[in-house]
Amino acid sequence: MNARNTQKIAWFFIWAGGFITILIPISIIGYVLMRGLPSVSLDFLLTPPEGGLSGEGGISTVIVTTIYLIVVTLIILTPLGIGAAIYLAEYAGDSWITRTIRYAIDTLASVPSIIFGLFGFALFVTALHFRFSILSGALALVCLLLPTLIRTAEQAMTTVPRSQREAALALGATKWQTVSHAVLPTAMPGIVTGIILCIGRAVEETAVLYVTLGGSAAMPTSLFSGGRTLSLHLFYLAMETNAFEKSMATGAILIIIVIIINSLTDWLASRFHAKMTGGT
Amino acid sequence: MELKSKMETKDLNFYYGNYQCLINFNLVIKEHQITALMGPSGCGKSTFLRVLNRMNDLIPNARVEGKVLLDGQDIYAPGVDAAEIRKRVGMVFQAPNPFPKSIFENVAFGPRMLGVNNKFALSEIVEKSLQGAALWNEVKDILSKSGLALSGGQQQRLCIARAIAVEPEVILMDEPASAIDPTSTLRIEALMQDLKEKYTIAIVTHNLQEAARVSNWTAFVYLGEVVEYGKTADIFQHPKDKRTEDFITGRFG
Repeated sequence: MNARNTQKIAWFFIWAGGFITILIPISIIGYVLMRGLPSVSLDFLLTPPEGGLSGEGGISTVIVTTIYLIVVTLIILTPLGIGAAIYLAEYAGDSWITRTIRYAIDTLASVPSIIFGLFGFALFVTALHFRFSILSGALALVCLLLPTLIRTAEQAMTTVPRSQREAALALGATKWQTVSHAVLPTAMPGIVTGIILCIGRAVEETAVLYVTLGGSAAMPTSLFSGGRTLSLHLFYLAMETNAFEKSMATGAILIIIVIIINSLTDWLASRFHAKMTGGT
Repeated sequence: MELKSKMETKDLNFYYGNYQCLINFNLVIKEHQITALMGPSGCGKSTFLRVLNRMNDLIPNARVEGKVLLDGQDIYAPGVDAAEIRKRVGMVFQAPNPFPKSIFENVAFGPRMLGVNNKFALSEIVEKSLQGAALWNEVKDILSKSGLALSGGQQQRLCIARAIAVEPEVILMDEPASAIDPTSTLRIEALMQDLKEKYTIAIVTHNLQEAARVSNWTAFVYLGEVVEYGKTADIFQHPKDKRTEDFITGRFG
């Protein structure tokens, strides 16, 4: 075999690899949107689902539960995650303790989400008697997402150059003033990117919520109401009812939300880059 | 007339861990004068500058022995607040390091830290400081633009404006012209002559001509020691030490 033919074969595989890589997401997203979008209507968005084994109704309570859950999750997650990131990036330094903490965070980040679900079920649902509820689901999600937020926020802060900290300190700023006025504002777009990443993962998450949120189709009335998010609703529709088209419609909405969230993340990340390099 | 000593070090020794980079450093920085520290790279001159405003506090394992006096008060004495010292002893760094904020906010940063929040008072400080740094005419119409959008020379003057906005008594300059173009360098050197009327300046440079051009007093630093110190003209015309002479005549450096 000569070099020309080897090159041709290599080209073929490279092109095939690239083509298939693009084909897979396009066909999945395309299929879901094509099957799902025809069933999406204002009525579908504004009607509550009937729940149980019936596939009738829309997704209004599901949308409310999803938003409710994400808001509660963020209220708990954001201060914890950013606080821990500030500690790790600015105060902890490098010792065996912080190396252990970082190792624990990285390990936690790679634990399968159903394990967080089981943990949440055992601790929040059962031991603390929060039952299947938005609170239990949110707390379990916080456990799942903390490593992601801590790591992205810490990285955003360590990307702020040392010269920036020195500039603030040389003006007579205290350590905390330096962190709060020079480091955090500069790192903020990066931190926000991390938060949006977490929102995206919360929207997508099913396993954790399957064992903590219950699955009630009713409108949530308090932190202790059970419920189902979009992805959980999709799961119930697909597994327990014959409403395949409605399952696809829910999937289409979910995909659109995820695409919007990802675009927002990209846009913020590029803003962050521009800000650090002098563009506006 | 006897010039007042603004800062003074007495038998200063400085260590990074076990490595000693300043050895029995005795130096006087006189008020309203420009004192240049020159010497080859790695001789300890930048380290010395950062000892003067406790910037080295941030470095783990760094240790200071001896005395560093500011108006006769030891800035390393127990109970002295490093932030308070750094407010009185400002610093301009080797590479311009404006914040990724607007020009206005860059200059207003220090005053805000000190609790000035009144918009009118801040505007006044910003204008005065930018004028003091000879940058006002170039930026007065673009105060809301990012400080990073300015040229390197303008950025460095912005950093000077930011430093003088907190009205320090001493300004330390760590090779302020090494990262910018020659025209900007000359502007900054001219600016230093104005600044010394109000402030006391210590500048580190490895550029001989710069030391000769801008300073009133020069210290030649070599291997962590002050080899020779005196009036700039004396140092350059009649160096007493062989090493100073070798450095000035370009035999090493």
